[in-house]
Amino acid sequence: MKENLYNYILGIADNSLILGQRMGELCGHGPSLETDIACTNISLDLLGQVRSYFQYAVKIAGDDRTEDDIAMLRKERDYKNVLLVEQPNLNFAHTIGRQFLFDVYHLAFLAELQKSTDLTLSAIANKCIKEVSYHERFSSDWVKRLGDGTAESKEKIQEAINDLWTYTDELFHQTKADKAMVLECVGVDVTKLKDNYYKRVKDLLEEATLQIPDSKWFQKGGKEGIHTEHLGYLLTDLQYMQRTYPNMEW
Amino acid sequence: MSKEQIKNLETQFEARIARDEKIEPKDWMPEKYRKTHIRQMSQHAHSEIVGMLPESNWITRAPSLRRKVALLAKVQDEAGHGLYLYSATETLGISREELYNQLHTGAAKYSSIFNYPTVTWADMGAIGWLVDGAAIINQVPLCSTSYGPYARAMVRVCKEESFHQRQGYEIMMKLANGTMEQKDLAQDALNRWWWPSLMMLGPTDAESIHTEQSMKWKLKRKSNDDLRQQFIDQTVPQAELIGLTIPDPDLKWNDERGSYDYGKINWEEFWQVVKGHGPCNKERMRARVGAWEEGEWVRDAAMAYAEKKQERKEKQVV
Amino acid sequence: MSKKNWPIWEIFVRSKNGLEHRHFGSLHAADAEMALENARDVYTRRNEGVSIWVIESKHITASNPDNNGELFEPAQDKVYRHPTFYDLPDEVKHM
Repeated sequence: MKENLYNYILGIADNSLILGQRMGELCGHGPSLETDIACTNISLDLLGQVRSYFQYAVKIAGDDRTEDDIAMLRKERDYKNVLLVEQPNLNFAHTIGRQFLFDVYHLAFLAELQKSTDLTLSAIANKCIKEVSYHERFSSDWVKRLGDGTAESKEKIQEAINDLWTYTDELFHQTKADKAMVLECVGVDVTKLKDNYYKRVKDLLEEATLQIPDSKWFQKGGKEGIHTEHLGYLLTDLQYMQRTYPNMEW
Repeated sequence: MSKEQIKNLETQFEARIARDEKIEPKDWMPEKYRKTHIRQMSQHAHSEIVGMLPESNWITRAPSLRRKVALLAKVQDEAGHGLYLYSATETLGISREELYNQLHTGAAKYSSIFNYPTVTWADMGAIGWLVDGAAIINQVPLCSTSYGPYARAMVRVCKEESFHQRQGYEIMMKLANGTMEQKDLAQDALNRWWWPSLMMLGPTDAESIHTEQSMKWKLKRKSNDDLRQQFIDQTVPQAELIGLTIPDPDLKWNDERGSYDYGKINWEEFWQVVKGHGPCNKERMRARVGAWEEGEWVRDAAMAYAEKKQERKEKQVV
Repeated sequence: MSKKNWPIWEIFVRSKNGLEHRHFGSLHAADAEMALENARDVYTRRNEGVSIWVIESKHITASNPDNNGELFEPAQDKVYRHPTFYDLPDEVKHM
């Protein structure tokens, strides 16, 4: 098995899986029916992406594991998503802030992944980038609405951005698999995305009349499987059926 | 307008409906027609959005990615259907906010079946198969109801719902063909959802107050008991096909009628749930009211932003 | 209750190029951009459209059905506007 490629794919897919699961939690509880439908669409896009990635990972693994085994039967330390996407839906500002801070990265990442010499990955990126362009538009529009809306909404979105800021730097860390894949021209060199990311985020925050957080302290660990306390609970839900009723088909 | 003039308009109005003409929002209509439609359409819309809750309860725990996306898409459709129906109701001169307010204060009803809890994954199968099955039987005739916006919304709803029941039945089928434990899950879900599904088609004809008028206005094409019989006759063979047993010892094929005879429905339970004493009435309302109240600052922010943007635009023009 | 509710918008969708935009329904949105986004999410979930128009409902001027007599009935007896009004021998084809 091509270990590095397998781990690399999981690293990408886990971000979509965990964020898709988080967005899915909101279904039925959105601030308006229209917004509820929009958030569910984002969740559906992300989970669709996960399936494409995992189906490819299954092929590379070449044994009898399925996409659901990969999605639902790993241990906490084996999930490779960044800490940002596992942060909870404390309120709509946190949901939008998290989505925005991830979307800007995700879009830039996919634009590079399209150039991968791995044809399956570049094809997946090619499909996903259209979905993610829309996510990025949706979340930036909402950051502007909340930032430049009422005093209350400004305070809430500012607080969310301040809280989540600490998780942004990790997006540009490289794992062992990342580095190996960059060398083979399969993977994206995320360190090169950093400057543009912060520029785009800062421009948008300014447009939304928000302060750019000046904290220099960042949290990391997700990519290495060391997560925040929130992930465990998310996995309890995600894995519930597979753990309670092992080895069955659904 | 004199009483006689109104009487005259009413006669013309009823004649239009009898000729299968559609009534559109700006047409003259009797006040009772408007009120009855607001009541029934909003009740229908409320049922769609309260109906999201028992199923969204399992989205995060769906057993596979394929099931998760199908369930998400289904619950999302219900939000869409609620939206189409609220929009259609708004053409009668009442706002969505007023309709929400009626729901949140308990002045408006929604389908009682959504006050039952979804305790296992198999309930997702049972709801799709039975509850959506019963809903379709109710809804298909409404595609040709007399009020244009309602009929058009129902055409869209019915078209989209065609996958919902299949989604549920497929879940049940998979369970019924699975391990003993899975089969038990399926049978248990059928046991719990069968009777509430029969009740969902409404009280017996003898106790149904609105039927005659509703028939005239094509809000109803068949009586509750006829719909119930249709539902039973089509569902029993589907249960047999996957080896599940309908939890009714009195269920028996009646050759003479060409239909199934069935046991007594516990109407006391039905009225108890309607009156707010079902297992989840309080939770459902808390969830709806909670989402609406917590969403207020978000909706206000969007309006404030829209107004500022508009002002800036106007200044630029000057 | 919110101080100000999102207004209603009417949604028109072109299902494919070559066809006209058709009224699909309505929805609530704070502004035109949001109305477009919401319309995309609500009315084109199943690939129903290639183009969307949105217009705030209050900007629509509608005819009054009370005037239907004077507005529309006069057109009913102008049969000479229809091809079937004219008698031609069967031998004349393609006309």
